[in-house]
Amino acid sequence: MRQNQLIEKINQAQLRSDIPDFRAGDTVTVSVKVVEGDNERLQDFTGVVIKRRGAGIQATYTVRKISNGIGVERIFPVNSPRVDKVEVIRHGKVRRSKLYYLRDRQGKAARIKQSFKKR
Amino acid sequence: MTKKGILGKKVGMTQVFADNGELVPVTVVDVTPNVVLQVKTMETDGYEAVQLGFDEKRAVLSNKPEQGHIKKANTTPKRFVREINDVDLGDYQVGAEVKADTFAAGDMVDVTGTTKGHGYQGNIHKDGQRRGPTTHGSRYHRRPGSLGVIINRVVKGMKLPGRMGNNTVTIQNLEIVKADVENNVLLIKGNIPGANKTLVKVRTAVSAAKK
Repeated sequence: MRQNQLIEKINQAQLRSDIPDFRAGDTVTVSVKVVEGDNERLQDFTGVVIKRRGAGIQATYTVRKISNGIGVERIFPVNSPRVDKVEVIRHGKVRRSKLYYLRDRQGKAARIKQSFKKR
Repeated sequence: MTKKGILGKKVGMTQVFADNGELVPVTVVDVTPNVVLQVKTMETDGYEAVQLGFDEKRAVLSNKPEQGHIKKANTTPKRFVREINDVDLGDYQVGAEVKADTFAAGDMVDVTGTTKGHGYQGNIHKDGQRRGPTTHGSRYHRRPGSLGVIINRVVKGMKLPGRMGNNTVTIQNLEIVKADVENNVLLIKGNIPGANKTLVKVRTAVSAAKK
């Protein structure tokens, strides 16, 4: 999409360069800044990226994990200032870009093969 | 609260992150420094207003009276010359520049613009009426409906097909998310009337000024 240069400038200033490259199927740890009263701390959210969507400032990704037997999904904007850092723990080998099928699977069936390919 | 105003050009929309991580939809308004061309006062003009000039144009496009007028403010010909009334005149001197820092983040503003013209439209698009059944011999598809009791005239204000859009519309109480003097840009939360690249007037919100 061709955008006005002024808008491009505003968007560019907000994009983060410290976010690693990861795709659907990768396991990541997202350190989220959480405000509790007056102090701020980091909370880790580890899970599988099941979806990446959007481009530029609007880009988001969805991380799914199983917490106490219940599936939990969180959507993060890629360039969110509330995310301290994203760590890629494991590259997964998957054949689609949206892993919605993981929602219907549990345990062994929900495993994803590890990928050792260089990206 | 001092009442202020500025002229600008709608650039388009984007999103910015707020401090709490929320993505805020904003409209980008290009406010290349305006120049105060004239300050109208009660004594001389019978009303109070400030006349601002915005956007450069080639000198050949201006006529002699206009050149004389801008000479008083010691500036170049402006494409848009508009008055903003209901402002506090104290801050405005002829020839002074009005920049994005007129407003600060958190200020509430009213934004006036001209909406997109849609041409001649029927009631369904123009007034949001519903259509009749398309089949079963209804023979009543997109018509305007009843015009009321027979009094040999149509009541004023009746919703009928006609020109849609191209109206001057003011949206009140929009928040300034950021006033960027460096890029001459105002970021206003939400949408504002008009197409991109059209002139808009940004003023201190009427309801906020009362407080």
